[in-house]
Amino acid sequence: MKLKSMLPYCGHKHAHPQLDALAIETWDLSTGYPGDSRVALTDVNMAVPAGTCVALVGHNGAGKSTLLKTAAGLLPVRSGEIRVLGHPLGHCHNRVVYLPQRSEIDWHFPINVRKLVMSGRYVHLGWLRHPGQEDRKIVDAAMDELDISGLAGRQISQLSGGQQQRVLLARAVAQDADLFLLDEPLNAIDVDTRVVVSRVLKDLRKAGKTVIVATHFIDRLATEYDGAVYLSEGRQVAPAAGGFVGMKIGKE
Amino acid sequence: MHWLLEPLQYQFIRSGILAASMIGVTCAVLGVYVVLRRMSNVGHALTHSALPGLVVAYLMGINLFIGAAVATILTAFGIGFISKNDEVYEDTAIGIMPTAMFAFGILLMSNTKSFRDLSAMLFGNILGVGTSDLVLIAVIAVIVLGVLALFYKEFELFSVDPNYAKTIGIPLATIRYGLLILLALTVVAGIQAVGTILTNALLIAPAASARLLTNRLKTMVTIAAALAVASGFFGIYLSYYFGLSSGAAIVFVCTVSFAVCWLIKFFRR
Repeated sequence: MKLKSMLPYCGHKHAHPQLDALAIETWDLSTGYPGDSRVALTDVNMAVPAGTCVALVGHNGAGKSTLLKTAAGLLPVRSGEIRVLGHPLGHCHNRVVYLPQRSEIDWHFPINVRKLVMSGRYVHLGWLRHPGQEDRKIVDAAMDELDISGLAGRQISQLSGGQQQRVLLARAVAQDADLFLLDEPLNAIDVDTRVVVSRVLKDLRKAGKTVIVATHFIDRLATEYDGAVYLSEGRQVAPAAGGFVGMKIGKE
Repeated sequence: MHWLLEPLQYQFIRSGILAASMIGVTCAVLGVYVVLRRMSNVGHALTHSALPGLVVAYLMGINLFIGAAVATILTAFGIGFISKNDEVYEDTAIGIMPTAMFAFGILLMSNTKSFRDLSAMLFGNILGVGTSDLVLIAVIAVIVLGVLALFYKEFELFSVDPNYAKTIGIPLATIRYGLLILLALTVVAGIQAVGTILTNALLIAPAASARLLTNRLKTMVTIAAALAVASGFFGIYLSYYFGLSSGAAIVFVCTVSFAVCWLIKFFRR
């Protein structure tokens, strides 16, 4: 990456990802939401090798989002430990991209699609720097990949659910990270978008990226993922009989 | 044309219009963020909180601006602090802090002999601004507009998608407090024009009017600023020709322009 921010948001230099390290490794990780004494995720032990595509499977409230948010640095670790790309949380977050659920965004804010996708470049720009030629090229390519170039000038308030999802994924692609944390990218979208999203996930996997996807679609796990982690009520559980396992992600 | 030029021969009218324009632009531009982030109640809170600061400054014989700035910034931090851990909701904190401050201000006022001097604090005195006031208003305008321009992309992302902003390292608490401090400064300037009670109108009405007319942020900022400046101008003229309170006249024009925008939107549908 040529572009380096002079004044990074986090106040320190971004660390280099350790390429031989696991993408995510946790040891008895427990987390919860601020202002709530209950634990939302209990004693999670997993090891996600770099370059794999892993599904987080479970019902609503099982802890999928909580796990992704913790890895993205949004929630405090209560006990145990997590390392991302070989580093403690927050050390190389420029190489980690988080795709929030659609409901977490204020879609009424007056901003157009291109601008929102461009915000994927901000982590590389930092304070006071504006996107340059290189950033614009990357954003164009990302919008192309998600088939939304035609929507570039449209206000985000005028998008359908599937279009919203593509815009968010385009932003994630534009950030150009090594680890993708995707929260329900396949939830409640049209067939076309589903095809596009699946294709992009496959391309990311081919490009050697690590992709972790929270999902409750269990029908295609075996064909689209290398492994799966099953969660229920904040704990790792065994898959139902005959459920997809793939490579071993959980540690005992 | 005569009616347009006649008031301009007076220095106090010219100063008033200059002050109202600077205050209007500052309020309107920041107001766009306040409206889009649905923080109108925060503006309301901070405007009322300035009162005790004004009274204390008056009693101590120091610049009223400084008193107002201290009181509003303290309130801004107070609201942020009380509601930090979600044990008290932010809107609850907003319900408690300013009314307490306002009551405290009234208590202080009722203890002084000259209630009358303090009416300017409640209703503003745009036609009485002096050079030092103009300088202070200009400084506040430059700070507020400058900070908004420099950190435009961060404020925007913070508003649209705070979680993503946090994952890339943007310190949300700093941005939140920063916005509150800008708001406090703007309120201090607004008080000079229309007083503690009416300042929130200057903050919200132009931005809300612009929101009705456009979906684009830049257009919205431009329209809001233009409406605020026009309101200041015509408000002062109304006050000049009909002997009305200048602050109330400005807010009246502001509100009428909001009503017009609402009607335009209503009939466009």
